[in-house]
Amino acid sequence: MQKSQESTQEDVVRTGKPIIEIKGLHKSFGKSNDILKGLDLTVNEGENLVVLGKSGSGKSVLIKCLVGLIRADQGEISVFGNNITTLDSNNLNAVRIRMGFLFQNAALYDSMTVRENLAFPLKRHQKDISDEDLDKTIRESLDSVGLEEAIDKMPSELSGGMRKRIGLARTLILKPEIMLYDEPTTGLDTITSREISELILAIQKKNKTTAIIITHDMACAKLTADRIVVLKEGVMEAEGTYESLENSEDEWIRSFFI
Amino acid sequence: MVVYLKNKFSDAGTATLFAARFFKEVFRPPLEIKEFLRQCYILGYKSLVLVGITAFIMGLVMTLQSRPTLVEFGAEAWLPGMVALSLVKEIAPVITAVICAGKIASAIGAELGSMKVTEQIDAMEVSAVNPYKYLVVTRVLATTLMIPLLVIFADAIGIFGSYISMNIHTDITLFRFLSKALGSIEFIDIIPATIKTFFFGFFIGMIGCYKGFTAANGTESVGRAANAAVVSASITIFVIDMIAVQITDLFL
Repeated sequence: MQKSQESTQEDVVRTGKPIIEIKGLHKSFGKSNDILKGLDLTVNEGENLVVLGKSGSGKSVLIKCLVGLIRADQGEISVFGNNITTLDSNNLNAVRIRMGFLFQNAALYDSMTVRENLAFPLKRHQKDISDEDLDKTIRESLDSVGLEEAIDKMPSELSGGMRKRIGLARTLILKPEIMLYDEPTTGLDTITSREISELILAIQKKNKTTAIIITHDMACAKLTADRIVVLKEGVMEAEGTYESLENSEDEWIRSFFI
Repeated sequence: MVVYLKNKFSDAGTATLFAARFFKEVFRPPLEIKEFLRQCYILGYKSLVLVGITAFIMGLVMTLQSRPTLVEFGAEAWLPGMVALSLVKEIAPVITAVICAGKIASAIGAELGSMKVTEQIDAMEVSAVNPYKYLVVTRVLATTLMIPLLVIFADAIGIFGSYISMNIHTDITLFRFLSKALGSIEFIDIIPATIKTFFFGFFIGMIGCYKGFTAANGTESVGRAANAAVVSASITIFVIDMIAVQITDLFL
């Protein structure tokens, strides 16, 4: 397959040194179900990278490989200079603490209140934290997503958008340097989707995070992306800014932007 | 057929590795004491009523049904001892464990299965919290400790049910009934019966956790995980009981 490079090196926003480097990543499920077929990708410090692609093109598998939820079959994934594919569980956890992952359905712990959801990772990684500091940090994190009033609610009492925000607050509480968003606006109405997209942007500005955003929502991509990569059949098909890909000569690439 | 057997052996291997991990993780800090106590409350304390009612009926019915035969042989005086011995050695441990397999293994299977499907277990893992330690070790420890206690509780309630049943036909004081019932039980009867309940508890918790943890994606698999947990745990209880009785028979 011919890879079409939609923009030159100069077009692409280069905000810092490479923080994630993926080389020749392969992943298959079963004998004939190859999802990633030698993907190469670099993410620079401080940039928001949006990953587009049809369902089944390996977008979610890619970010799950990045945090070690799925073990790659072949290839190298370097995050903060550590090769994720060869790390033992202790070292992998040390890298995971520096990364945040927002799941498609927020993945809030059903049996816990919002407060307990946020306290859960914090208490385990800052064992000597006082109750006062814990409460203060939880409230600050909830305030950053505009939902301090939901502190004592159960996840079942929250709407889809609120769940996403709380999921984001829980992820942000450990102050990650890299954020991974798995379809952050899926299933939300247009207004809430825009609010979540703006929140992603605000988080990047405030915390200086690097982010990979998997999405099908082009409004979200337009608002948040410094750079976009398009996956097709397990490899990168195109790379560039929103504008450059929107005006691509390739009809298949343009079809994402209609 | 070959593929079926290969899958079954592969599944057995995965289950063995899953269970073996428990012994590696159980002593490794952090000890999730609060979650362990919460699970003891949910899995143990909240099963008291169900186990109590079942045990009471078991004692009552066993006494009622055994009485006519013993009366025929003029051996009615042996009834309290016979019922108490049957309850302590076999009926209470097995029935309580089967009841708990239905209530606890299915609850664990469904809860963890649902957590798996909704990516809550993955969320725990990416926040660098060991989900096996937090979810599996605490639940398995809780069931291993709570099932023996529930069985002891069932023994007591079952014997009380038997006393009530005896009083339907004869007039016997509680003191006399207990002295006859407990007089027939020796420590050598209680020890193997109690030891096997720890195994029952361990396997009820472990099977529930394994089925939940390995649930595939999709809500249908949650129900399947709960169902498979009950079926596997119930069969395992009878297999363990058979092995325990054989071992006891060899040595005692």
